[in-house]
Amino acid sequence: MTERVGFFTDTSVCIGCKACEVACKEWNLVPQHDVGWTGDSYDNTNALGSEAWRHVAFIEQRAPIRVDGETAEAEVGDALRWLMSSDVCKHCTHAACLDVCPTGALFRTEFGTVVVQEDVCNGCGYCVPACPYGVIDRREVPSVDRPAPFTGGPDGRVWKCTLCYDRLEGGHEPACAKACPTDSIQFGPLDELRERADARLAKLQGEGWNGAQLYGRDPDDGVGGAGAFFLLLDDPEVYGLPPDPVVTTRDLPGMWATAVVAAGALVVGVAAAVFGGRS
Amino acid sequence: MSSVTTERGGDSYYGRPVLKEPVWKPEIPLYLFTGGVAGASGLLGLGARMAGNERLAKSSLYVGLAAEMVSPALLVSDLGRPERALNMFRVFKVTSPMSVGSWVLAVSGGATTTEAVCDLLGILPRFKLFAAGVSALVGGPLSVYTATLLSNTAVPAWHEARHELPFVFGASAGASAGAAAALVTPPWAAGSARRLAVGGVLAENVAMTLMERRLGFVGEPYHQGAAGTLTRVAKAATLGGAAVLALAGRRRAAAVLGSALVLAGEVALRWSVFKAGFQSARDPKYTVGPQRERLSARAADARTR
Repeated sequence: MTERVGFFTDTSVCIGCKACEVACKEWNLVPQHDVGWTGDSYDNTNALGSEAWRHVAFIEQRAPIRVDGETAEAEVGDALRWLMSSDVCKHCTHAACLDVCPTGALFRTEFGTVVVQEDVCNGCGYCVPACPYGVIDRREVPSVDRPAPFTGGPDGRVWKCTLCYDRLEGGHEPACAKACPTDSIQFGPLDELRERADARLAKLQGEGWNGAQLYGRDPDDGVGGAGAFFLLLDDPEVYGLPPDPVVTTRDLPGMWATAVVAAGALVVGVAAAVFGGRS
Repeated sequence: MSSVTTERGGDSYYGRPVLKEPVWKPEIPLYLFTGGVAGASGLLGLGARMAGNERLAKSSLYVGLAAEMVSPALLVSDLGRPERALNMFRVFKVTSPMSVGSWVLAVSGGATTTEAVCDLLGILPRFKLFAAGVSALVGGPLSVYTATLLSNTAVPAWHEARHELPFVFGASAGASAGAAAALVTPPWAAGSARRLAVGGVLAENVAMTLMERRLGFVGEPYHQGAAGTLTRVAKAATLGGAAVLALAGRRRAAAVLGSALVLAGEVALRWSVFKAGFQSARDPKYTVGPQRERLSARAADARTR
């Protein structure tokens, strides 16, 4: 395995241009999905999904960008800030989607990323509710490459960010990072990105930035640390991110043990029903 | 004009879900039911044979066979790519209850079909007994693994229910197999099936009550919306059916009525659990709330140390 790579998305410099969304769609040939006006600031992409592998969130807040010392809360006044954050698949160290995939379509690449093999996925949908971030989803738009009698039917497979696996193979950075005009999306070896993020956080905190925090950086968190992590300016849930995600399979050994006991109880129950009566 | 402006530290992003709702269609709750019937029928069939009740063993065999035939059809139909159904057998993964379950269902289906063929042709009695044994051996796992499958997701109403759900599903499977056998067996031979149905219904309602009580806030979806309605229907139908079976099951008409009620109730129960998961995933408060509490508790714990 080559060095593990990932994204560090520094939302403090995101300008909400959505170049990442566009570059991703173009490079990965992601089909169009429902476009409409949500009225929720400038966010008309809604959420990550099978047709949106990057999603820029927009949050308008009555809060100052910087908080200077202890007097800040009283001086908020008419302060307004606009938070923007480009969300993406987290490429978890312990990835629930990969664990629960029954076909082996989801796999870990030599770059430490998590990718769906589109020629293997049979669309069982198990990864969809397994993902603690609600990233992966099944594509329902029509597909051109299905055999009869399914020709023209929905694609039916799951899709998500591949961290541009094909570009990595060719020695290029992912399309979104390449297109980002402010370097809000930074690509590189994960260790290096973590160091850079720590330095950036220390700088922002020193300058009194309001709510600055790293998200997904900690290798001891519920998913073993994210391959794509973030510097946020408010709590994760404000951006639609779970504050303390846990990979579901962490609890699976206990669940299997419970299942064995329950199966045993059923056997005992049937035996009692058969041998415990008159007929 | 309404404003989208918010204060710092909100609890969701425009109220949108954090998780994705499952993409599973009605085939899946139906399979939760038929898979349970298939699994527990294997157990009941072998038990009846060991007790010398050939009539009940035969009923269970063919009830189980019907369920084994329907189950894979439902599962394949639910796939986004049914033409790739066999990809389920590319690998065997213990981290994926769906992978384990696919293999269990395949073994169970093969064993039950083999047993039925031997029975129909009246050949290979020892091989038939061996097939019945295999079918019974995987019957328990087949009856409960679907609970593990649902619990092994990020959906709060399913994941947090992981301690009780296998018991709910196992008992439901027993009740379903018992009621199905009682439906197609003359009452004189169906005593064991009726007892299994009544016992299963009681056990399942106890387990479900304990589960809802322990879940508290996270368990709200089980009482609300479509899931809530189905939960109430399931309770009424299973308990009503069990009462009819227990009190008047020796009369054919009552046995049919009671069994039908129990079966309908078991389908409703599976459907309610299925629906509760969707409702739970849809509302970000069930995802964010408990996680935020967990973080606060950890922070408080760190401060006192």
